[in-house]
Amino acid sequence: MCSAKETVISEKDIGMDLNGKESAMVDVIASFISHTSIRLPDDVIAKLEEMRASETEERALQIYDLMFENMRLAQELKRPTCQDTGVLQFFVRCGSNFPYMGSLEEVLKASVLKATKDTPLRYNVVETFSEYNTGNNTGSGVPFIMWEILPGRDDCEIYTYMAGGGCSLPGQSTVLMPSEGYPAAVKFVMDRITTYGLNACPPLLVGVGIGATSETAALNAKHAVLRPIGSHNENERAAELEKMLEESINAVGFGPQGMGGKRSVMGVNVVNTARHPATLAVAVTVGCWSHRRGRLVFDKDLNYRSLTHSKFDGGAL
Amino acid sequence: MTEIRNGKRVIITPVSEEDIKSLRIGDTIYIEGYIATGRDSVHERVTGEGRDMPVDIRDGVLIHAGPIVRDRGDGHYEMLACGPTTSMRMESFEYDFIKRTGVRILIGKGAMKENTEAGCKEFGAIHCVFPAGSAVVAANCVEEIESADWLDLGMPEGVFKCRVKEFGPLFVTIDTEGRNFFKEKKVEYEKIKDEEVEKISSKVGYIL
Repeated sequence: MCSAKETVISEKDIGMDLNGKESAMVDVIASFISHTSIRLPDDVIAKLEEMRASETEERALQIYDLMFENMRLAQELKRPTCQDTGVLQFFVRCGSNFPYMGSLEEVLKASVLKATKDTPLRYNVVETFSEYNTGNNTGSGVPFIMWEILPGRDDCEIYTYMAGGGCSLPGQSTVLMPSEGYPAAVKFVMDRITTYGLNACPPLLVGVGIGATSETAALNAKHAVLRPIGSHNENERAAELEKMLEESINAVGFGPQGMGGKRSVMGVNVVNTARHPATLAVAVTVGCWSHRRGRLVFDKDLNYRSLTHSKFDGGAL
Repeated sequence: MTEIRNGKRVIITPVSEEDIKSLRIGDTIYIEGYIATGRDSVHERVTGEGRDMPVDIRDGVLIHAGPIVRDRGDGHYEMLACGPTTSMRMESFEYDFIKRTGVRILIGKGAMKENTEAGCKEFGAIHCVFPAGSAVVAANCVEEIESADWLDLGMPEGVFKCRVKEFGPLFVTIDTEGRNFFKEKKVEYEKIKDEEVEKISSKVGYIL
């Protein structure tokens, strides 16, 4: 059983060793995290609108109405759209000449503390084995930060992701034998989505990763849900598989909340890397309808813009 | 007590067996009165450690939820976001939980299984889902948090006693006959899934 530590996040904890520029960066990222907890990404809103318009089942329509009422209220009251504001993950694509690379980890951690206090976000970080809630949304390895260094560039792109419990539960990775082939990969994905996916707040964005080992496939699957809805894999076969999986999952008909409906997924994105001759690894992860992922880009002077949230202007809303 | 208001079936706590026994899977209801929050650790304490719930939920309503609450600092808490969490995590505890607490209505997200079906049938209870992710709509139905207990478990795991107004819509997913909406639906879903897997499989023979 988990217990909680009595913790108060003080101003001192939030970026105590940071200078002016870096603490300005903390302000922007913390505001962006708050903003993404309150307002869904542009592509998600557009897709849900399209899906509602094409829905015909009465209960499904009732659920869509509630979802849109929830989005409206969340913005009006400046509250997180879902109570599960997740565990914070950052996928950073940083130019090797970005001037603030060295302090970015500290900046991101401080941003999580600040956003947790300001929004407020739910305390979701439980230390494993010692099993207590840290009470400030940071802990060992949290926020999770994945780096990609872009040689010669001086800007920095940060994907933010709130990994909720419900939409993390369906996540799974497996390594198949090549003789089992892509049909076994398809069955793996379809089984997972029609069982666990059903409970993960559909309509879902499904991420499928293909690679050599369990963890490369899993990372590819995560990158897949970070990709925009409606984007396609560059490989023709992979793009075809995206389309086939989307049509098939929709055909199953579980709809919003798994209670029945014409369409069940906002999309299926496949990200692939090469495999070993003896393995075919496949992984699946999902984003729920409240898919809280954001993309924020800083230039070397810390001018910023969001590529996912066009209404973000530096404030939470 | 049950009232029909503008076509809505509103169940007012305390809930009698009479109030819920005619409800069938797929029906829509709303709750007025009191709802307590409780999820993983609460179920463990009650069924595993044999402790009593800090608030009496006999003939009452429990929501599987870990809310975001704001501590006003004067002993009062404000409900900010309160959508349901995945009920399946509570499945292994639920028969004993219903038996021990006498709860009549469980609210959560997604499917549950045999333990909950048996508990609902034997002790006269139902499981409903609130469309998940609509946490602000749910929180807006909460007029006041009247008490907060077991906060040593952390904010998501605490027991918050909420006074609510027309909390819903709630779709009945397990009824007092033990019928299970998702279980029945899943039979349909599985059949179509198998056909779809077959269809795609014939087109992805890339390794030959």
